[in-house]
Amino acid sequence: MKKLFVPVAAITALMFAYAPIAIANAPYESTMRLVQKIFYFHFPAWMALTVSVTICTVASALYLFKGWAKADRIAVAAAEVTVIFGLFGLVSGSLWGRKAWGVWWQWDARLTMAFLLELIFFGYILVRNYGGPGAEKLAAAMGIFGGATAPFVYKSVDWWRTVHPKTSVMTTLGETSPEMWFVVWFCTFTILLFMGLLLAARIRLEEQRAALDELYLAAED
Amino acid sequence: MIRRTWIALVTFVLLGANAFAQQAASDGFVPMSSLPPGEELPAARFVVASYAFFLMLMVFYVWTIWKRLAKVEQDMKELGRRQGGATR
Amino acid sequence: MRFFRVALLVLKKDFAIELKSYEILSTTLFFAVSCVAIFSFAFVKDGQAPVDAAAGILWIAIAFSGTLALGRTFERERYGETLKALLLAPAPRPAIYLGKLLGIVTLLFATEIIVVPMVAFLFSAPFFERPLLLVALLGLGTVGYAAVGTLFAAMLVRARTRDVMLPILLYPITIPVIIAGVRGTSALLASPVDEPVAMLWIGLLSFFDVVFVTLSLWTFEPLMTE
Repeated sequence: MKKLFVPVAAITALMFAYAPIAIANAPYESTMRLVQKIFYFHFPAWMALTVSVTICTVASALYLFKGWAKADRIAVAAAEVTVIFGLFGLVSGSLWGRKAWGVWWQWDARLTMAFLLELIFFGYILVRNYGGPGAEKLAAAMGIFGGATAPFVYKSVDWWRTVHPKTSVMTTLGETSPEMWFVVWFCTFTILLFMGLLLAARIRLEEQRAALDELYLAAED
Repeated sequence: MIRRTWIALVTFVLLGANAFAQQAASDGFVPMSSLPPGEELPAARFVVASYAFFLMLMVFYVWTIWKRLAKVEQDMKELGRRQGGATR
Repeated sequence: MRFFRVALLVLKKDFAIELKSYEILSTTLFFAVSCVAIFSFAFVKDGQAPVDAAAGILWIAIAFSGTLALGRTFERERYGETLKALLLAPAPRPAIYLGKLLGIVTLLFATEIIVVPMVAFLFSAPFFERPLLLVALLGLGTVGYAAVGTLFAAMLVRARTRDVMLPILLYPITIPVIIAGVRGTSALLASPVDEPVAMLWIGLLSFFDVVFVTLSLWTFEPLMTE
């Protein structure tokens, strides 16, 4: 794990350095023109968010049922990363919406869904920080229920309202514009790698904290 | 080691973003003639704002992790020193 | 069989305590009515509210007063340290959860019996055009909300910051219930009643209930062990 960190960080850095060039050289989308370029980081951020939500839910369940301390640390890290990527997704989506729809915020399905997910995982962090003793279990419940409610939120919000482009954009993109398709997936891969690095660093922080607590306990004896 | 890696990573990202900012800005200005007027300039602003936000957010987050790690490690050293002092 | 007997016993115990003072029922009801009054100030213009507002106000009143009821019910258990005793009893933990859930649901139903006609009366909302659909929406919605709420309120009994944490945990997770409840109810208010839409939301609510009751029964045991 630790040995992998440096080479992966180097690769990610190189990919990040190339990403702007790839994005700038990608062809213009015919209707939205330049503003569509937000998409190249916007979509990957949501992919990263989906992955980290899944990680958080699974890790929370593992912690609750198996009692693995490691799983708990992974869950905290994943929740924090979720909030960060969610924040970027919301802000970039809002900027895009300002240009494409003329408003900063639309109560459309995806935006609402994203907003609610952000709320749930922000709640997770609040519980974690202010829940007092036993907050790990509370947070684990929040992680499991948050993951379980996500599909329901998605469905309900989808029925409630829809203005956002359908997911089918991604499936047809491969045929309509292979160049764009390549750039999108390149960025997705870059951001996923970056997310992995953030997770690793955050887990390391949590491990160090646990180690420190143990040292304190040992010192008191 | 981790600290050095982070420095390297952040520098790379910064460099990359810098290159991008220039690219995006020129994208906004160069094809003026071929695009309908009054569209590219604001769009470029939104795109740049979006990527700049990404950069700032990630640098900030990495910085907070780094800061928190440094704090924990310092506490560890402190504790080790105090313990060392007590046994001597 | 023993499982349901335990659940019913817990329910009976809660009833016996509540019937002595009616404290939780009366405060919850009062709170729900005040909610309706406050929201009417936001929506009523020229003496009449928009048609859809009634559905929203009704569900907000239910959700808010539900939090109050959950908090009070478990505060009572904490005060007498009785939840600890209950958990020490040689009974299956999920049965205890089920008993508490039934208690909360009954309490909320009792509140709704008063609040729904009141909202219908104050906002001249035709809630009772399709009574069965209304009952299904209210019933399923309440069960879903209370299922998550009971679990979290029980968990929070030990936490210091329980009063703040309950809404923080509960509202984001029960958003689908609120959306489905509000949308389903306002479909009932449409001037030809929009039955297919109401059925759609009833379907979502039933699915939500099944998933979350199962999940709660499943996680109650590990969550409540220290």
